[in-house]
Amino acid sequence: MDNFLQQLINGLTLGSIYGLIAIGYTMVFGIIGMVNFAHGDVFMLSAFIALILFMILTQILHLGSLPIAFVVVLVGAMALTALWNWAIERLAYRPLRGSFRLAPLISAIGMSIFLSNFVQVVQGPRNKPAPQLPNHVFNISGDVTLSVRQILIVIVTVVLLAGFWYLVKFTSLGRAQRACEQDRKMAALLGIDVDATISITFVIGAALAAVAGVMFVIYYGVVNFSDGFVPGVKAFTAAVLGGIGSLPGAVLGGLLIGLIEVFWSSYFTTDYKDVAAFMILAITLIFMPSGILGRPEVEKV
Amino acid sequence: MSAPSQTSEIAAPAATAAQFVPALRTAAAAALVAFCLAFPIITYHAESNVNNELVLIGRWPLAFGIAAIVFAFVFLRQMARADWRIWFDRVGSIAAGGMGGALVQAAREGEGTAPPSAARVAFGRYIGPFMLGLVILFPLIALGLLGPGGSLKWINNYGVQILIYVMLGWGLNIVVGLAGLLDLGYVAFYAVGAYSYALLSTTFGLSFWICLPLAGLLAAMWGVILGFPVLRLRGDYLAIVTLAFGEIIRMVLINWVDLTNGYAGISGIPHVSFFGIPFTDDDDGFAAIFHLPYTPIYRTIFLFYLILALALLTNFVTVRLRRLPIGRAWEALREDEIACRSLGINTTTTKLTAFSLGAMFGGFAGSFFAVRQGFVSPESFTFIESATILAIVVLGGMGSQLGVAIAAAAMIGIPELMRELDWMKRIFGEDFDPTQYRMLLFGAAMVIMMIWKPRGLVSTRLPSVFLKEQKAVSGDLVKEGHG
Repeated sequence: MDNFLQQLINGLTLGSIYGLIAIGYTMVFGIIGMVNFAHGDVFMLSAFIALILFMILTQILHLGSLPIAFVVVLVGAMALTALWNWAIERLAYRPLRGSFRLAPLISAIGMSIFLSNFVQVVQGPRNKPAPQLPNHVFNISGDVTLSVRQILIVIVTVVLLAGFWYLVKFTSLGRAQRACEQDRKMAALLGIDVDATISITFVIGAALAAVAGVMFVIYYGVVNFSDGFVPGVKAFTAAVLGGIGSLPGAVLGGLLIGLIEVFWSSYFTTDYKDVAAFMILAITLIFMPSGILGRPEVEKV
Repeated sequence: MSAPSQTSEIAAPAATAAQFVPALRTAAAAALVAFCLAFPIITYHAESNVNNELVLIGRWPLAFGIAAIVFAFVFLRQMARADWRIWFDRVGSIAAGGMGGALVQAAREGEGTAPPSAARVAFGRYIGPFMLGLVILFPLIALGLLGPGGSLKWINNYGVQILIYVMLGWGLNIVVGLAGLLDLGYVAFYAVGAYSYALLSTTFGLSFWICLPLAGLLAAMWGVILGFPVLRLRGDYLAIVTLAFGEIIRMVLINWVDLTNGYAGISGIPHVSFFGIPFTDDDDGFAAIFHLPYTPIYRTIFLFYLILALALLTNFVTVRLRRLPIGRAWEALREDEIACRSLGINTTTTKLTAFSLGAMFGGFAGSFFAVRQGFVSPESFTFIESATILAIVVLGGMGSQLGVAIAAAAMIGIPELMRELDWMKRIFGEDFDPTQYRMLLFGAAMVIMMIWKPRGLVSTRLPSVFLKEQKAVSGDLVKEGHG
């Protein structure tokens, strides 16, 4: 029972990170119907940006207060990653709008290769260990522990998701986005700037991925240029499992994937934990292509 | 919703003061964005010191340099006349991507729906045989020019390496280009072929000519096994599931240590022999029997012709199958699956044959890979390989055999050429290592090629079925990748 509770806590923490990345996939797929392959690498880039920002604050500016540093790093990483994703969309995807369907996918795969190798070239191929941070650990009943980091990750995720949900549900920006998702041509005829809306979608997706990146560095304490691919695929699995195009679905899928991965490693074997994630992806797509909360696709002649 | 194409703006007469200020402003904005992107990922290099703690090393001049280059480029582009801008875009892309602009330009001429001129028809008819002749003579030319020692690298690293990818590209072309099924896990079949060959030859001691068809059959069988569950999926979903299958196979290869020896891989695969005569220094070796002085080049040349024969077999089978009912069903399936079903085509068997045939050729290529390296390990079968092969097919123009061959030569040959750039060390200092930029430029080139020519190098189609005369069809009229 103790082990179960402990794994549940770990799984929810990991699942929050996957859920944050999954939102970027699901929103982009919803609005332009494209699997943004480079999203996992944008997440990896944001982790690097966060790490370097934190080091600038502590080593060069000698900032003593950790909470202030955390907020500055979070906001800075969100802004800079958003700018990156905006530039990527502008240069690599926008010129291909209206082109045939494979073109943006290939372009995104190229961008993914470019980003991971770019980080490798500018920051070196070795693992980057993050500076040690104090991490208070609470002991709840028996051996079950809950660390400050885990609480922090879950709280920040919940707060940001609430803000994001408000943005999509109740603001004119969110309405424009949902309109573009339903019918881009009609939205354009009604005076919505479609290109700007798509750009903003990429910007929001990247900002949430940056939050996940910051959490990743805090949680694992190490980051590598190749860390984008597998979390990216798992987050995409989460988006598909929850029903692609559905925002609550992405979060739900993320939590499920996190839990499955953690329980699988705990009760079976860690060797095949990535196989488990990929199998879930394949099985979901084959037997339940619209996911848990997604709408079924209608075949039109 | 079409892309805002700056190159088609109305031509301005000449650079004026009115043009100067906006150009300056745009360039400044672009430079600012570039600078912000460079911060902090380029401006600070995080490096581990002896205590394994990260320390920051400032690199501000590099970021300023990048911003200055972006400023100059955007400013000049804005000031240039409209018809020059296209050249700016090209130069910029070449500078960023390093891909052969001339090649693309040459392929660009052969575009459009207009009836082809006599010269173009002749070009289209003879370019294939001409290039084939060139490829057949390639080892002999290299041998004549560079001698046995110097030509080994060229025949092996360029000739054999490129031909493996030509074969893989042609194999995947059956699945993606003809049947329109987007497969991102093709490397799985390559891996199945290579491991089948390695296990069969090391465990049972079977010869190359027995292992090759067996490995092909096993790969084809896996094509059916993996193809069957994904029959209902379309487009991007199919791509992602095939990607997942590719990764699963790789992870099984890594984790099933009893069978595959895990990360260490399988070594000691017997070398290829010339129909029973080994390429060794012994008295019964190839060199001694044919009264030639011994060099290792004979084996490489034999491997070259072997992979050439295998690739040509793939091409021959594909070209022939396109004219048979099954090939026509593939292309019909690519164009419209619902229409296919309405006309009574069995889409299940059509898709499965495409999958298994593509997988079989992937398996052949995998066997060849195993026998050439003498060693297989899971590292050779990563997702990057699948992406490379798919990029070759898409870049080649999906369905065009010649285009795939040209694209394979460009995608594999040019990064390989970058290993030769040692002279750049004299400009950028001893620390400069051009090989680490290979994959960076490879990724950038994929993006740039898609923006330039989303339809691939050879986008014109010659229909396989026609009434009176064969008319070229522009690639824009063909829709593929819809599942």
